[in-house]
Amino acid sequence: MTDQTPKEIGSVSFGLMDPETYREISATKVITADTYDDDGYPIDMGLMDPRLGVIDPGLECRTCGKHSGSCNGHFGHIELAAPVIHVGFAKLMRRLLRGTCRECSRLLLTEEQMDEFRSRLVRTRQLGDDPQDVLKAAIRQARKTSRCPYCASEQYEVKHEKPTTYYEVQDVLVGDYSEKMARAMQPDSEDEDDQGTSPQQLAEGAGIDLSRINEIMSGEFRPRPDDRQAIEEVLDVDLTEEDMNKLMPSDIRDWFEDVPNEDLEVLGIDAESSRPEWMVLTVLPVPPVTARPSITLDNGQRSEDDLTHKLVDIIRINQRFMENREAGAPQLIIEDLWELLQYHVTTFMDNEISGTPPARHRSGRPLKTLSQRLKGKEGRFRGSLSGKRVNFSARTVISPDPTLSLNEVGVPERVASEMTQTMNVSPRNVEDARRYVSNGPTGHPGANYVQRPDGRRLKVTEKNCEELAEKVQPGWEVNRHLVDGDIVIFNRQPSLHRMSIMAHEVVVMPYHTFRLNTTVCPPYNADFDGDEMNMHALQNEEARAEARVLMRVQEQILSPRFGENIIGAIQDHISGTYLLTHENPQFNETQALDLLRATQVDELPAPDGADEDGNAYWTGRTVFSELLPDDLDLEFTSSAGDTVLIEDGRLIEGTVDEDAVGAFGGEVVDRVIKTDGSTRARVLINEVAALAMRAIMHFGFSLGIDDESIPDAAEEQIDEAIDNAYDRVEELITTYDNGDLESLPGRTVDETLEMKIMQTLGKARDSAGDIAEDHFADDNPAVIMAESGARGSLLNLTQMAACVGQQAVRGERINRGYEDRTLSHYKPNDLSAEAHGFVEHSYRGGLNPQEFFFHAMGGREGLVDTAVRTSKSGYLQRRLINALSELEAQYDGTVRDTRDTIVQFEFGEDGTSPVQVSSDEDNAVDVDAIADRVLEAEFDAEAEREEFVAATRPTNLSERADDRGASRDPQPAADAAAGQVNDDD
Amino acid sequence: MTEVSSDIETVVESSRLPRRLKDEVYETIAARGVTAEEATAITDAVEDRYLDTRIDPLDPVGTVSAQSIGEPGTQMTMNTFHYAGVAEIDVTQGLPRLIELVDARKTPDTPMMTVHLEDEYAEDREKAHEVVWDLEATKILALGDISTNVADMLVRVDLNEGTLAERWPTVGDVEEVAIEIADIIEDSLGVDTARDGMVIEFGPEQPSYRDLFRLVEQLRDVTFKGIEDVTRVVIRKEQLADGREEFVLYTEGSAFGDALEIEGVDASRTTCNNIHEIFRVLGVEAARETIIEETMNTLEEQGLDDVNVRHLMLVADIMTNDGTIQSIGRHGISGSKDSVLARAAFEVTVNHLLDAAVNGEIDDLNGVTENVIVGKPIKLGTGDVDLRMGATSREGRPAEGDAESESEAQAD
Repeated sequence: MTDQTPKEIGSVSFGLMDPETYREISATKVITADTYDDDGYPIDMGLMDPRLGVIDPGLECRTCGKHSGSCNGHFGHIELAAPVIHVGFAKLMRRLLRGTCRECSRLLLTEEQMDEFRSRLVRTRQLGDDPQDVLKAAIRQARKTSRCPYCASEQYEVKHEKPTTYYEVQDVLVGDYSEKMARAMQPDSEDEDDQGTSPQQLAEGAGIDLSRINEIMSGEFRPRPDDRQAIEEVLDVDLTEEDMNKLMPSDIRDWFEDVPNEDLEVLGIDAESSRPEWMVLTVLPVPPVTARPSITLDNGQRSEDDLTHKLVDIIRINQRFMENREAGAPQLIIEDLWELLQYHVTTFMDNEISGTPPARHRSGRPLKTLSQRLKGKEGRFRGSLSGKRVNFSARTVISPDPTLSLNEVGVPERVASEMTQTMNVSPRNVEDARRYVSNGPTGHPGANYVQRPDGRRLKVTEKNCEELAEKVQPGWEVNRHLVDGDIVIFNRQPSLHRMSIMAHEVVVMPYHTFRLNTTVCPPYNADFDGDEMNMHALQNEEARAEARVLMRVQEQILSPRFGENIIGAIQDHISGTYLLTHENPQFNETQALDLLRATQVDELPAPDGADEDGNAYWTGRTVFSELLPDDLDLEFTSSAGDTVLIEDGRLIEGTVDEDAVGAFGGEVVDRVIKTDGSTRARVLINEVAALAMRAIMHFGFSLGIDDESIPDAAEEQIDEAIDNAYDRVEELITTYDNGDLESLPGRTVDETLEMKIMQTLGKARDSAGDIAEDHFADDNPAVIMAESGARGSLLNLTQMAACVGQQAVRGERINRGYEDRTLSHYKPNDLSAEAHGFVEHSYRGGLNPQEFFFHAMGGREGLVDTAVRTSKSGYLQRRLINALSELEAQYDGTVRDTRDTIVQFEFGEDGTSPVQVSSDEDNAVDVDAIADRVLEAEFDAEAEREEFVAATRPTNLSERADDRGASRDPQPAADAAAGQVNDDD
Repeated sequence: MTEVSSDIETVVESSRLPRRLKDEVYETIAARGVTAEEATAITDAVEDRYLDTRIDPLDPVGTVSAQSIGEPGTQMTMNTFHYAGVAEIDVTQGLPRLIELVDARKTPDTPMMTVHLEDEYAEDREKAHEVVWDLEATKILALGDISTNVADMLVRVDLNEGTLAERWPTVGDVEEVAIEIADIIEDSLGVDTARDGMVIEFGPEQPSYRDLFRLVEQLRDVTFKGIEDVTRVVIRKEQLADGREEFVLYTEGSAFGDALEIEGVDASRTTCNNIHEIFRVLGVEAARETIIEETMNTLEEQGLDDVNVRHLMLVADIMTNDGTIQSIGRHGISGSKDSVLARAAFEVTVNHLLDAAVNGEIDDLNGVTENVIVGKPIKLGTGDVDLRMGATSREGRPAEGDAESESEAQAD
């Protein structure tokens, strides 16, 4: 318990800081460029001065008196010997120099113009646009003014040499003007018509006295700028040159000091919080030691932070600058040092400025200075503020466990005894709490820490656990281990949609992997080839409640992307249900009971009939029907192609396969979750998976290389089909060679040929596939998988058994490699099928070397494509999320962002939730169907009717609360703990 | 409106259904002729279903939509060129196209138009071709042969009479066309031409090889008929929903505004894949519609047609929210957020901080990112409601202070 009232940040304001403020907040002035003395103590007024905060344990901060860990650190300051420019504002300073008067520092705009920009600024702010645009426009306008409208002084061009040097460019007379003029007045020796220019002509042309011209010619008199211009015009010579006058930071600071606040306001600069002269630094703040901690290496040596290194450089140069100036060193040396100081301060702020060599560490690595710390993915903003590292999290490999419910996750004991949940001990649970504590930190379920009401935290150890358990009283807090039924958050990266982070109930298990039900693989996009996942244990009741109600797997069965279930049967589950229902096999009692043993069904329905021996049998469809809700009526076409008919919860006919129970929109699952709720759907999916596993084990299901072999006769047929295609390709090539090939509209002849060859070969592969397919029995496992939608397609089968087909790179036949040919095995300009990557063999038959090579080319393209795609789509996703993250549906149905701007008056134009309604459904509310349902229903009692109309669904907050779950529970202790979770809130 | 008893009407009218569903309920009730009790039951059930399918208040729909579009992005191909219905025209597809749309690029990689035709133009191939020639840019190479006569410093154009007659079907006399062509050459190249029948000759003012060849180069770029930007037009016969057939034109290159002016073009159905062009010509609502249409088409082409349109609508709506088209990213929506911290956390961190300092900005911490940064609960979803648990005394009366558990939405 802390005595402090929690504080909340209301707003954050940004601005520049006045040098005086720097000095005020500074804990100390830093003058020594050293850190620690020989004894290892921080030097006074050095960079590690204890007044700047402490990092070494044991030392006390001389400013706040706190110790390392609790002292946040304090800023110090360096008095710069000469002002330097802040690089970040170099561009703005250039603009200000160009837009303000060099004499009086007023903005070079008339009052009317200023008013105009002022109102434009107001408008821009109202529209939420960038005020920088107005500033740019105002400066552009001001730059056009050549004389100050206030003091009438002439303005010169300001040149900016990156990063921090400014020059004032003035036009002046060249030194050798008389010589230049004389040369221009000489007649051109090559051109006979040219007589040259006499001084008289010049005087007339330029409108200057002849005597003055003579004086100018003799070099006695320097022509005034307007005279100079006239002479230049007449003689067509250039007598001006640019004089670059460097503006020192001190000059700039003086210049900016005089800019009136009202003028700055026109530019959108807030003079209250940021005067322009503050962009020229006279005092440099020294970040607290805590922001640049030094590390002690193994050998006892100290290694300083990059910022400290930079500060050392700054102080050294600063010192040298002062010494030299006091010693009266020549201007040149002073200027050099000034520039060096500027360089160090510049790189202290930003070490990645183009045109400036980055400051380097002794090892040659560029230093990471202030701006590098903030920038980028690993920078302060994205790496430490928007995303943080957390406690109570675990990561390990995942593996499948079909006996778990999809709501559950198997947590290894080691993880469970590391992650803890806080138990507030009350008279009701004091017994449990004591038992946890007495189990100690190693025994599961034990406890790791206890907290006494006075706030003291005690670690539970092997030794003190018994003793401590006695002391536990109501009012204490016990950090107990995770036990079965606790809720945790589970996540697999990349977290592309909200189903990538879901809440699971813990089942503590032996061994070292997280265990998942295989049906939750699709939302996580997980497989078990070494994938790792993260788990987070929730630390307060609010979070646990939210996770349970909103994030549990069963609440996420429907995907908001397409409004259908994303969790359902996959792979072998589908093969299993297919085998069970496709040909409607018969089972005797033992077999039927065995199939249903992993489900809640504990009684068989009436048998479907009896065999010759008089033994009762049950059909696969009957067994499957046991899992369905009693009132389910449904009719649809399965992926196997037959019509599935379900009436009153009985599967009358049809094959149950991917379209019925599969993930990504299986009809049965989708219907059940939408009418009977997520709890019923969870039960259904769990049981379908369990039944399917028993079914597939009953029948036996395997796939081997011989399952893809076809009779020799069929091989011959395929060869013939491919040969035919080759002939047709040859024909095409001949017509092309003869120039008889007619091009398709909008295509060249070459392109037409390619397209036609591709077409022919594509057909050849398909016909080869058809031939092979004819020879596969319906019980071929590959066929079963393809037909039921469990895995693979007929194309895969074709490629394995008949012919792999054309390999393509960039959507064309393979055309790269050597000059005019793909491989040296072929003649140049060979257009035939085999020379351009047609693989006529099957995977089973084996590819020849050329084919193998072409196949690898095609395969490589796929790999490159995936690599490029992941980065591109990742960035797209980040941008989309960033742009849309503030949008929220409101109680009035509108969609607004967090500043209450309405983006949509009704979400999706009709306010329909994308979760509840499938994307391909036209109307969310089918009035006709509802009317049918209402009118057809008959009720025994009013209560039943009410329940029906209101469609209230029982809330189910824990799987443990199920009868089945509780009876299955191996640990009574865990049971009590799980109960506690629910009782407490 | 169908006839229903006033009892039923009161029941239906007092429900929370929108007008559209109320009317549907009336229709259903009238068609079946049910009792008042049954009608009430139906209305209740419909209302129940309606409320069930409504979006939940405080749902973070933006994030959900962004994820629903971004996630399928990982399944798309990078393969840029593929055919969109029309085999003859290459159109950027897949992820690159999606990125292009979301970026709101000024011109798409492969601009194209789908031009629908009016009345007889749509049915008659000849008439349809008239529109084709008005659309497609006709260059000199399509009209005849060019040769250079170095001796006389002349460029000679031999026009092909057949082509002229074909491309200018409305002009009766080929001579007239030749005159027109000569005029165009004079105007655009600034030379004098001499025409003799189908032959047009001209040359540079001063004899110069360079000028002569420059003229030939320039001549090749001159557009004699049609729209400069439309390089190719493909004509296709398509079936309408009612079984009739009509000609539809697909163009490579787009000039939407100009195309709509052409006679025979059905402006109500003609579209273009450049959202900015649509915006300029038809306004922001049409642009929004196009964004939805184009993104949906892109997804469909990749077999991802199961993405709910409502997500695309939200993206299109935020892109067009301020009356112009804003891109999604640094230069658009993310870059114009109110919060300094949110902008800094997205991209170009340092510049945003420096500018904020100069402008003396104040971050009021209203958005999502900035609250994550300062460690406050965000104002979305469950973070947007304050739940107060009312301590109810044993007798069931509220205890002191304000009682009764209430949930209130945070208004701002």
